[in-house]
Amino acid sequence: MTELSKSGAVVGEPVAASPSPTAFLEVRDLKVHFPTDDGLVKSVDGLSFKLEKGKTLGIVGESGSGKSVTSLGIMGLHTAGQYGKRKAQISGEIWLDGTELLSADPDHVRKLRGREMAMIFQDPLSALHPYFTIGHQIVEAYRIHHKVDKKTAKRRAVEMLDRVGIPQPDKRVDNYPHEFSGGMRQRAMIAMSLVNNPELLIADEPTTALDVTVQAQILDLIRDLQKEFGSAVIVITHDLGVVAELADDILVMYGGRCIERGPAEKVFYEPRHPYTWGLLGSMPRLDRDQQERLIPVKGSPPSLINIPSGCAFNPRCTYADLPKDNVTRTVRPELTEVGSQHWAACHMTQEQRERIWTEEIAPKL
Amino acid sequence: MLAYLIRRLFAAAVMLAVIIMVVFCIFFLVPKWAGVDVATSFVGKQADPAAVEAVRQKLGLGDPIYQQVWAFFKGIFAGRTYAGGGDVTHCAAPCFGYSFRSEQAVWPVLTDRFPVTLGLALGAAVLWLVFGVAAGVLSALKRGSLWDRGAMVVALAGVSLPIYFTGLLSLAVFAFGLKWIDAQYVPLDESFTGWFGGMILPWITLAFLYAAMYARITRANMLEILGEDYIRTARAKGLGEPVVIGKHAMRSTMTPILTMLGMDLGALIGGAILTETTFSLPGLGQAVLNGIKNQDLPIILGVTLITSLAVLIANLVVDVLYAVIDPRVRLS
Amino acid sequence: MSENKAVSIPAQSTGPRLAGSGETLLKVTGLQKHFPIKKGLLQRQVGAVHAVDGIDFEVKAGETLGVVGESGCGKSTMGRLITRLLEPTGGKVEFEGRDITHLGVGAMRPLRRDVQMIFQDPYSSLNPRHTIGTIVGAPFKLQGVEPKGGVKKEVQRLLSVVGLNPEHYNRYPHEFSGGQRQRIGIARALALNPKLVVADEPVSALDVSIQAQVVNLLDDLQQELGLTYVIIAHDLSVVRHVSDRIAVMYLGKIVELADRESLYKAPMHPYTKALMSAVPIPDPRRKNEKSERILLQGDVPSPISPPSGCRFHTRCWKATEICKTTEPPLLELRPGQQVACHHPENFEDQAPQDTVLLTVAKRAAELVADEVLAESAQTSAAVAAERRTGETDAEGSTETVAEEPSAASGSDESASDPEK
Repeated sequence: MTELSKSGAVVGEPVAASPSPTAFLEVRDLKVHFPTDDGLVKSVDGLSFKLEKGKTLGIVGESGSGKSVTSLGIMGLHTAGQYGKRKAQISGEIWLDGTELLSADPDHVRKLRGREMAMIFQDPLSALHPYFTIGHQIVEAYRIHHKVDKKTAKRRAVEMLDRVGIPQPDKRVDNYPHEFSGGMRQRAMIAMSLVNNPELLIADEPTTALDVTVQAQILDLIRDLQKEFGSAVIVITHDLGVVAELADDILVMYGGRCIERGPAEKVFYEPRHPYTWGLLGSMPRLDRDQQERLIPVKGSPPSLINIPSGCAFNPRCTYADLPKDNVTRTVRPELTEVGSQHWAACHMTQEQRERIWTEEIAPKL
Repeated sequence: MLAYLIRRLFAAAVMLAVIIMVVFCIFFLVPKWAGVDVATSFVGKQADPAAVEAVRQKLGLGDPIYQQVWAFFKGIFAGRTYAGGGDVTHCAAPCFGYSFRSEQAVWPVLTDRFPVTLGLALGAAVLWLVFGVAAGVLSALKRGSLWDRGAMVVALAGVSLPIYFTGLLSLAVFAFGLKWIDAQYVPLDESFTGWFGGMILPWITLAFLYAAMYARITRANMLEILGEDYIRTARAKGLGEPVVIGKHAMRSTMTPILTMLGMDLGALIGGAILTETTFSLPGLGQAVLNGIKNQDLPIILGVTLITSLAVLIANLVVDVLYAVIDPRVRLS
Repeated sequence: MSENKAVSIPAQSTGPRLAGSGETLLKVTGLQKHFPIKKGLLQRQVGAVHAVDGIDFEVKAGETLGVVGESGCGKSTMGRLITRLLEPTGGKVEFEGRDITHLGVGAMRPLRRDVQMIFQDPYSSLNPRHTIGTIVGAPFKLQGVEPKGGVKKEVQRLLSVVGLNPEHYNRYPHEFSGGQRQRIGIARALALNPKLVVADEPVSALDVSIQAQVVNLLDDLQQELGLTYVIIAHDLSVVRHVSDRIAVMYLGKIVELADRESLYKAPMHPYTKALMSAVPIPDPRRKNEKSERILLQGDVPSPISPPSGCRFHTRCWKATEICKTTEPPLLELRPGQQVACHHPENFEDQAPQDTVLLTVAKRAAELVADEVLAESAQTSAAVAAERRTGETDAEGSTETVAEEPSAASGSDESASDPEK
């Protein structure tokens, strides 16, 4: 791991145990484990990345890959709703703007939530409280962090609703969530998360619950707002189309670990992990001529209780037998640099992967 | 909101009329079908046929059922005079019938006893709400802990132990054993402290049963609500736990509890027979018990109607409160 | 396009499949479903959700008809109507020439063998207390059919057909993953060898890598068993991948019905165009080319009181007075491409006299890049001009646009190579 670390503060670079953070957001060896009756669920199992302000990181993965738990871990919400149960175990380091969050006073982290880092959730209907008006909920979010009277806060709420494109914001501010349409709700949710000008915005499947024309509006809005506010954004999604639209860098997760990371173009055009190939091949594409046939990944995502030994992807990998000595089933591959700013965790040699991609995979996509 | 209220009120009024008719039919038709002469039950088993016939005439029991219902309805608003068999008995409005067994109109019996039951029910409700909900919330927050398990065992005991057992036990211990309180009912207008002293054991006994139920429901509700997305959103905003639980989670947890409260309170106001009997409280429950013992149909009928009315009103109040709490109800 | 050893469907990539040329299996005329909204004590009907509001289409034996649209467009209701899980309010459904619109439960039973449905949610559509064997074998029991070699053997055969281990016969649904459960649902649908399979969002609950497995499975089964599919989905790329012909629905109506190539290369209805341009393209190099995207204003209006005239006129950037007053009929403007629009894209204007844009349309047009507008106007004019000369030529413009490079980029060359 150590020999991989570089000194320059570049987005997406793996991190060695250097004492001080170099990026705005830096996650080092994050592990989030949930003890259950069936065993330890290793939702996130050693994840590191960096993110600068004004940049967008796309975290891609399937259900159970640990992408949502990662975001909850950063927000300090991974234990939320876990009353009295065996607590989630979290380890590693999360540096946000010079503060390490996991070792910080929980009350301090609470104060950062909503002000420094905010979150947009997948389903805006269930993420908004049904019994309070949209305005009340935004005002509440603002007044936790700003000592202002209700009137000022409400003016701010109207201003935010206006900014995210809700018509007649001064009237709509007094509506309840069920009186909004799906797209309007997500806009209101975005208004609420941005009301305190957070520097880090995490959007967890922000458009999955929306129709495609509304999705386009929301993606457009998120992109515009990022330009305007200059925040760092993490977009978590299973949709490669959405990351391609928004992200500067992409991190692909599988079985709680990062298996490939790099600038968006690299990950899309020169992917160096068989799972990334699988994702690209699984997806019918509107922008290309009709594919004859999709190239799916065989099998199903792993159980996070029994993550396969060695490379977590080995049972589903077509090329698992290529590396010698059964190494894919015994040794867990670490991220290695495969290009500038581009890392992948695979036992195959660079040459093998390059050859397979250019000769076998890319032509079929 | 106003339209909602009017609709609700209208529905309640219709419901009440239906209830009165159904109850009336049950009380007067069922004995007829069963071959029991209602008139005898008003006089006594050993009464001679002439007296029975006189009562039948006087009460109009020989009339068709719709006339009887009409006479009863009319009596509620205009009062009623029972004539026949030589004497005349007047029952002033609102006349809910006349008990010839105890030779008194039903309405004054009801009004006499109603405050006792109301006091019992309301007092107990305050107790069980406070303790039941608090215990439930704490159990939910400390799920799986010693407190949670302990509280749930106590709650299980509360639900399964009969009132007369817990009631008599508390009487034996606190009133007769330790002699801490004088478990004698004293009307409120005579002495507040006396009334309070007399009511405290019935309150606790009754509240114990209900608090147990409420604790279990609250716990289950709370656990469900805490898993909701909007609770996570509240935390993501940076709200502290007290606000997240006390405001966001409680608001949703309380809605189903409120519904339960309405039903339970309504039913209790109709008479807490076991509690009243155990503690010798002269409430509606005791009245109905005596009515059953003496086959005093008018009393039973009157109490039944009062009970239905109480349940109806309680439901109405709950419906309105529900609309205040949950904006989604107002629309539909 | 490359060869893939497992595939024997070379026709798929080059053009519409020939399979769709069979006889009409299902014919739908003027199909309607209104869900009454009742209110008050007396439950008076105060309105109706116009879920499906008069649609016509045919499904030919062996083809796949894709149905796309956003939530509330009535596509799922349509699926339930043609499988007669719902009773139509009006119109006619004919299966193999037989009117099945108002058949009762008993009369439908023999038909249930021929028409099967696959549902979206593989979790909730399987009874958790029954073994896979019971679930997949249930259709035999219900229909009183005894397959050759017994139910168990047949069920095991079906399991292996859909790619499950036949030995898992005695397992319960919870022991399977999402993708496997969807395979179980497919096996159950196939049990009685149906002619028509209606799949409502068959892959949208599944992970990307699993989606592809199921899409391929559906494809293979169609090849092997000669199935006819109606596939309902919101995902345009999935629909394009599986369908021969595609119907685009908006607020209870079909706004465009065309073969796949025509629809994706040269959509005529503005809604189709907007819908396709809204799909995020998994290509980071396109990130900054925002201009092609047509952003629609607001959300889909309520199906309780759909807009007058053309239902899309409240969000359309081309809407004029006629769109507000007159409902455009679904016309076959080009062979194999039916469109309901007064001012279609990639074609000559159907109401050229009506040129004044509605105010909503002006606002909507602000969201559409100027290039897109200019290009579209140019194309329409070109098509119109070409049609005029084409009439003497008796050539038509059937295949003119089939060679366009991409769906979203307009078709300025469409008129220029009629020979192709």
